[in-house]
Amino acid sequence: MAEIVIKDLRKDFGDFTAVQASSFKIEDGEFFMLLGPSGCGKTTTLRMIAGLELPTSGEIWIDGEEVSQKPASARDIAFVFQMFALYPHMNVRKNISYPLVSQGMPRARVREKVAEVARILGIEDILDRPVGGLSGGDRQRVALGRAIVRDPKAFMMDEPLGALDAEFREHMAEELRALHDRMGATTVYVTHDQLEAMQMGDKIVVMNHGVIEQFGTPQDIYDKPATLFVADFIGSPAMNFLKFTGQVEAGAVEVAMHRHRFMIPEMREAFDGDMVFGVRPEHVRLSDAGDFRGEIVASEYLGTTQIVTLKTPGGRLKARIPSDQVARTGETVALGFDPATVTLFDSQSGRALRSDLNEGVLGHG
Amino acid sequence: MSSYSITEPSARQKWIAGTLVILYALITMIPLVWILLTGFKSPADAISYPPKVVFEPTLEGYVNLFTTRTRQTPEFLAANPPQTWADEIVRQYDMVIAGPSKFGERFLNSVIIGFGSTFLSIVLGTLAAYAFSRFKIPLKDDLLFFILSTRMMPPIAVAIPIFLMYRQLGLSDTHLGMILLYTAVNISLAVWLLKGFIDEIPREYEEAALIDGYTRFQAFVKVVLPQAATGIASTAIFCLIFAWNEYAFAVLLTTGTAQTAPPFIPTIIGVGGLDWPAIAAAATLFLLPVMIFTILLRKHLLRGITFGAVRK
Repeated sequence: MAEIVIKDLRKDFGDFTAVQASSFKIEDGEFFMLLGPSGCGKTTTLRMIAGLELPTSGEIWIDGEEVSQKPASARDIAFVFQMFALYPHMNVRKNISYPLVSQGMPRARVREKVAEVARILGIEDILDRPVGGLSGGDRQRVALGRAIVRDPKAFMMDEPLGALDAEFREHMAEELRALHDRMGATTVYVTHDQLEAMQMGDKIVVMNHGVIEQFGTPQDIYDKPATLFVADFIGSPAMNFLKFTGQVEAGAVEVAMHRHRFMIPEMREAFDGDMVFGVRPEHVRLSDAGDFRGEIVASEYLGTTQIVTLKTPGGRLKARIPSDQVARTGETVALGFDPATVTLFDSQSGRALRSDLNEGVLGHG
Repeated sequence: MSSYSITEPSARQKWIAGTLVILYALITMIPLVWILLTGFKSPADAISYPPKVVFEPTLEGYVNLFTTRTRQTPEFLAANPPQTWADEIVRQYDMVIAGPSKFGERFLNSVIIGFGSTFLSIVLGTLAAYAFSRFKIPLKDDLLFFILSTRMMPPIAVAIPIFLMYRQLGLSDTHLGMILLYTAVNISLAVWLLKGFIDEIPREYEEAALIDGYTRFQAFVKVVLPQAATGIASTAIFCLIFAWNEYAFAVLLTTGTAQTAPPFIPTIIGVGGLDWPAIAAAATLFLLPVMIFTILLRKHLLRGITFGAVRK
């Protein structure tokens, strides 16, 4: 198992820059998520780590060795593809043993290893079946088997659950995480599903347009977004953004927005101009008394909570409130925000302004 | 009953479809059957009118095809009684077998040149198609068009330049020359067909093999080739049929050592009468290799012809 360090990685396809100046570090044994919308460069980054694409510039260190220009076969990593890429002309056993055969491992030892892996994954009964007729879940397990049989330095997974139906996905995600915890293998996992990333990852890198927007633990990324993009991409429903023009001083604990004053975490920098006031729906409170008021335009019932959409002077926003709290459409209510959770953003650049909340988290990417 | 029915066809529809298929098969098969039968007729039966369907079979045509014969005096014939069944057959015309004909050699030439050029077309075509399918090649589309453009005129249009070129290079009437020529004609077809098949094979298979520790070439041989077997088989059949049946270049460029069967067969037409049974025998034997090859690969061929029709 190994630590992976990425330094100033860049990939151009002709005039198009798929990945630019990425740097991050994946600790030994970490379950590491590359998260972003499609076309953000996350898969290209993964393929560069695996050696399926060569970077235009930059360094990739796997287990203390610089491998950026080495072929995939020399990097000792395993890759699980979205469509699994099981060799269709071979049965399950041959598929799993194929990487071992390339190393010239003795046949008896290969059989032993394959049997061991099959036991871990619970696929002993299908070893001699052709891969063509397998269910999605079994294909997934065989693909994992082919990856773990070799004890590689690290695993690369490119949306491995993307081809499964929703119900089974949940189950496979748990299985995958359990397998990781058991083996303690460094895993780099690409997904566009923020829930999957939050649920499974130790660390998350959020990418957009080839740039790393934020790098950190799921909780940090959720609570302390470094950019507007991250705040919008992570969480469902997304963070509320109230646009306003104003100014804050370093050390301020209040901000004036639309002629109201709101408490905020103590600012660590001053800013003057167009800003965005960001607050997650679960940190919006509805009450009867207050100056800042909004009209309820819709509510969605979600079991334990409900999502209420309101029209306010600062724009529309959503609140997640307990489902037993009464919220009638057409009513006007007062709004309050949990001060400790508010993030202010520079509207122009999308950058989060430094405050007591996010100090120490920003500046990673 | 709607004519757009998507349910199982009715008994009557099946019956009509079956009849049509059988009719079509008859129309295409009758000439072949006629050639097959004529090969076993005597020269008199072969040209009798009305045509004979029932006749006494004889191997005369085949004997005439494989031998050269000379007429002999009654004294010589009396002194040398026939040795074999073939001798008996020619003896009825007061002839003896003088030696083997050239048909065996010509047939072997066809086999060497036909299969040789098919093999070469497939090897070069598969490698080129793989490169076009997988790698970034400058001017890729132009190169592909250029390759295809060699098919845009009948090959025989360049017969004179090729004839002169081959004479200069000493390739006239050589096996190598004919193999190269047929390969050159077939390779554009092979590249285009095979590129289509290889494009359909997901890259992830090779990438998985690369990750599993194989080189690009090993991945190509062990993972791509088995996947492309269908395409390779159907392409091989198309290439072989062209090379096997080619007549014009063979007439022009071969006279002796490398002459193939197609230009040879018409020369069987004997002196003092058309030897139809021998010609029919030659045609029958000539059909066999392609038929066997096609039957061996027919499972692949069917998939090859319908490829791309169904999303996998």
